[in-house]
Amino acid sequence: MTDITQLHRALVARVLDSDGTSPPGLRRAAFDNAGLSEPIRTLIEKVAYRAYSVTDDDIAAVRAAGLTEDQIFEIVVCAAIGQANRQYTSALASVANATGEREGRR
Amino acid sequence: MRLEILDRGHRLGTKALLALIRLVSRQPVVDAVKLAFYRPDFYGGSDLTHEAMRGPSAWSIGDRELMAAFVSKVNESQFCIAAHSATSGLWYGDHEKVVATLAEVETAPIDEPLRATLRMLGKLTRGHSIDPDEMGAVLAEGVSRPQIEDALAVCLAFNITDRLAEAFDFSVASPAAMNAGARHLLKRGYR
Repeated sequence: MTDITQLHRALVARVLDSDGTSPPGLRRAAFDNAGLSEPIRTLIEKVAYRAYSVTDDDIAAVRAAGLTEDQIFEIVVCAAIGQANRQYTSALASVANATGEREGRR
Repeated sequence: MRLEILDRGHRLGTKALLALIRLVSRQPVVDAVKLAFYRPDFYGGSDLTHEAMRGPSAWSIGDRELMAAFVSKVNESQFCIAAHSATSGLWYGDHEKVVATLAEVETAPIDEPLRATLRMLGKLTRGHSIDPDEMGAVLAEGVSRPQIEDALAVCLAFNITDRLAEAFDFSVASPAAMNAGARHLLKRGYR
């Protein structure tokens, strides 16, 4: 089977902890989609739950709030990985649970 | 592309490489490639995507490309639907099978284990979580745990990529450019 364990761990560590242009606290908040204030909150919420609905205006509002393009790039990447990560972690737990139950019944 | 840095902010060496790609492929560089080459020391998701899509697995490359297209359909990412439908169709030598699967997974001409797996990936992508009972239903169709985990790795990669494609507003390139991209993905993968 494929093995993404190390690559996955490294990706999350890189976007949260490596040197970036945005503060680590902001990247973490975008990753968690929690504790953000407007207009960043709206952009990150959309990336997490309905990325297809992000508009030029959403990006422009965050730019007008003082974020550079690189900072916007970083927080959007963090938001995308954060939400995908929550789904993945939840699904892996369900696989473990489902296979555990099966083995337990045998 | 909504951020100018993703279009024109690459380092000099990377700019030269993108120019070379344009020259050799005789096509514009697609937005997914521009993103992959932008600050790979920060994002750099290509290695994970490559392992999920091309690493050793009981699923064929065509199956995994179909999963990528299917997840992208749920996420409404037009660029990724087009790119991975083309790649899957090319691998199977059967584009109709891909079209039918994206149109209606329940009646598509695919094997039951793949159908059950796609159904689960769609539910996870749409609802953001999945119950152990629903995972049990996939196992009951004869899908092994490693196969489920391989499918979840594909799902992770595309739940990231689809979000970035939509947030940054990737343009769907011409069919010729998308097909050239599909051939490249089958030949070289994602790295």
